Amino acid sequence: MIPRFSFRHGVHPPDLKALTRSAAIRRLPYPEEVILPLRQHTGKPAKAIVKPGDRVERGDTVAEADGWMSSPVHASAAGRVDAVGLWPHPDGSFAPAVRIAVEPYSPQAPRPRIVPDWKGLTREQLIEAIRKAGVVGLGGAAFPTHVKLSPPKDQAIDVLIINGCECEPYLTTDHRTMVEYPQRVHLGVRIMMQCLGVRRAVIGIERNKPDAIAALRSSLPGDIDVAVQPLTVKYPQGAEKMLIRALVGREVPSGKLPLHVGTVVQNIASVATIAEVFETGLPLIERIVTVTGRGIRRPSNLIVPVGTPLRYLLDACGGMTPDAREVVFGGPMMGVAQANLDVPLLKGTTGVVVLTESDCKAEESYPCIRCGRCLDACPVFLNPQLLGSLALAGRYDEMTANHLADCMLCGCCSYACPSNIPLPQLFQAARVAIRQRQSAA
Amino acid sequence: MSSSNPLVVTASPHLSTPDSTPRIMWTVVASLGPVLAAASYFFGVSALLVVAAATLGALVTEFWFGKGRTLLDGSAMITGILLGLTLPAGLPIWMAFVGGAFAIGFGKLIFGGLGQNVFNPALLGRAFLQAAFPVALTTWPKPGGTWWELRGDNLALPLMSAGATDAITGATPLGLMKFEHAGTPVSDLFFGTTGGSLGETSALVILLCGTYLALKNYLNWRIPVSVFAAVAILAEMLHLLDAPRFPAPAFMLFSGGLVLGATYMATDMVTSPVTNLGSWIFGAGIGVLVVVIRIWGGLAEGVMYGILLMNAMVPFINRVTQPRVFGTGRVTGVR
Repeated sequence: MIPRFSFRHGVHPPDLKALTRSAAIRRLPYPEEVILPLRQHTGKPAKAIVKPGDRVERGDTVAEADGWMSSPVHASAAGRVDAVGLWPHPDGSFAPAVRIAVEPYSPQAPRPRIVPDWKGLTREQLIEAIRKAGVVGLGGAAFPTHVKLSPPKDQAIDVLIINGCECEPYLTTDHRTMVEYPQRVHLGVRIMMQCLGVRRAVIGIERNKPDAIAALRSSLPGDIDVAVQPLTVKYPQGAEKMLIRALVGREVPSGKLPLHVGTVVQNIASVATIAEVFETGLPLIERIVTVTGRGIRRPSNLIVPVGTPLRYLLDACGGMTPDAREVVFGGPMMGVAQANLDVPLLKGTTGVVVLTESDCKAEESYPCIRCGRCLDACPVFLNPQLLGSLALAGRYDEMTANHLADCMLCGCCSYACPSNIPLPQLFQAARVAIRQRQSAA
Repeated sequence: MSSSNPLVVTASPHLSTPDSTPRIMWTVVASLGPVLAAASYFFGVSALLVVAAATLGALVTEFWFGKGRTLLDGSAMITGILLGLTLPAGLPIWMAFVGGAFAIGFGKLIFGGLGQNVFNPALLGRAFLQAAFPVALTTWPKPGGTWWELRGDNLALPLMSAGATDAITGATPLGLMKFEHAGTPVSDLFFGTTGGSLGETSALVILLCGTYLALKNYLNWRIPVSVFAAVAILAEMLHLLDAPRFPAPAFMLFSGGLVLGATYMATDMVTSPVTNLGSWIFGAGIGVLVVVIRIWGGLAEGVMYGILLMNAMVPFINRVTQPRVFGTGRVTGVR
């Protein structure tokens, strides 16, 4: 049985979005400092072109793309470059970053129109403008958008899929974007369709966002084929392969990309950002972020400059409650817990979730009792139980044979596991070990 | 950030189901409460003595040889109670204790503890007792008598031959069927007013408790359903061939330990397949083996060996019933 507008397996975590679901997006005053890591995207880190002491305006390039599979970084606030050097990165490492001391009395006026108007541009010019504006996927993985928009010539793309699922619990950035900026979403879709030369686009939205569905439906453009499709509420409905399956019934073959089944998938926030970039003429220097969780005093949806320090963001939301225990970048299912509050927000940071003591009491793990719930949860139909025991035994070659590479690290298996076994962590570690062994050989 | 409340960093996902392994285990223990009550309704204090002794044997062994706090996860408790429920009410309790100790020691811990064992520990314990004390294990008191009356020499000293008692014993319905070709009314079987082991009595109570667990997803309903279906279909086919020789399906379903075994033992998560397709195969295999052993085997009852044999097949069943990984093999919708 193949379900319509859904996918098989998956889990139903509580959605926990009520904290910020109806909170309008608002702006914050500028922080005293913004920190712009050179690696904010999938691919090669950007190369810094500024040095300490340089004066930068809002939207100036501070780091250039290093090759095609890379993306430039722009100053998100006017000020003076403080330092170019290592700084705590949200992935847990120390990574090169440009730090800018924000000019306190600056009006933060941008340079006029850095990005050209989209009207009248050719496909190539559009893609080049998007590349120069540093646009990357804002759904989390931060894949450079210009690469996605330039599929190989021999791959015919016939449908553009827009991901408005926001299936991670807590997060509401995409939801608020759709409700507050439906026109911007549709303009972004139009520009992307033009870039790809496709005639059809489908926006998939989980049914738990009726206001977003209504907002996008009531503003549908009449001249292009864009459809809004409500989807079953289930995690991970927003995973690329699940979404393609749900919307157009195609199954991306193992090891292949969405473009191999004639699709390109973009997240709502990225689409809205493309429109914004062309509307304002500014590169990607701001993003919408949800700061939420029971551990934060004022859960909010905010527009903030890229590079805003986490500590500033938390303070701006009333600070953490005394029982706050864990700060997660991204959603609770796939997000990364932060060890250092000095890390900056990246282009790909969808939200900050502050969990309390009771949300994240470090539970004991028990032995696997082979209940099989992970098999029923895995959306790609792996056997996490087997993979987990192979990982613990260090039998990595057998893990490869059992399709470790197909794991998306979505966390469904671990969510469902009554023994609280950290399966995605085991799989991630196994992948690192396999990669190290390959590079050593 | 005060030092008393440092932030923690854990791996994603940062949410998990409220279910935990101990919660599942203790819920199963609780669900055995009504089954135990039924056993003691029919077999009086003896039922509780035997189950308590088997459970104590299991718990002591788990505590002594297990790794630290594994007693708290509840799994040894289940093994002990289930073993007790497969024993006759008149069994000397020291034998039940030894059975419980064997079940945990050689049925579970020797494999590496919870999750590692191949065979259902309770049934392994029972198989051991049956081999060691064949007579005691096949002396079946009949239900009835006052509650405080012992149903056999429960308090016999270890390794002494059990003293003669005046408890009324008799063959189980399956024994009657097999060796004396005598039937038992199905209603007696369903409500439990027959001879047999403690948990062989009331099918009704066991099925109700099993349904509760299945609704909570604490047992895989596919296993009991496929066991019952296989037994019913095979028994019906044989019954149609030769009605006087082969009993009707209803008798096969509700006699002996089939209901208890299919509901509580075949569904042991550790020793049953992880795939749903595998669970169907596993259950059907048990059903077929039960009928074959009961009708053509040398024993009156085949549930224990049916389950143990299929336990041995589980790794193989798991391997051949792996689901098709998304995007491999027959891929849908690709042009």
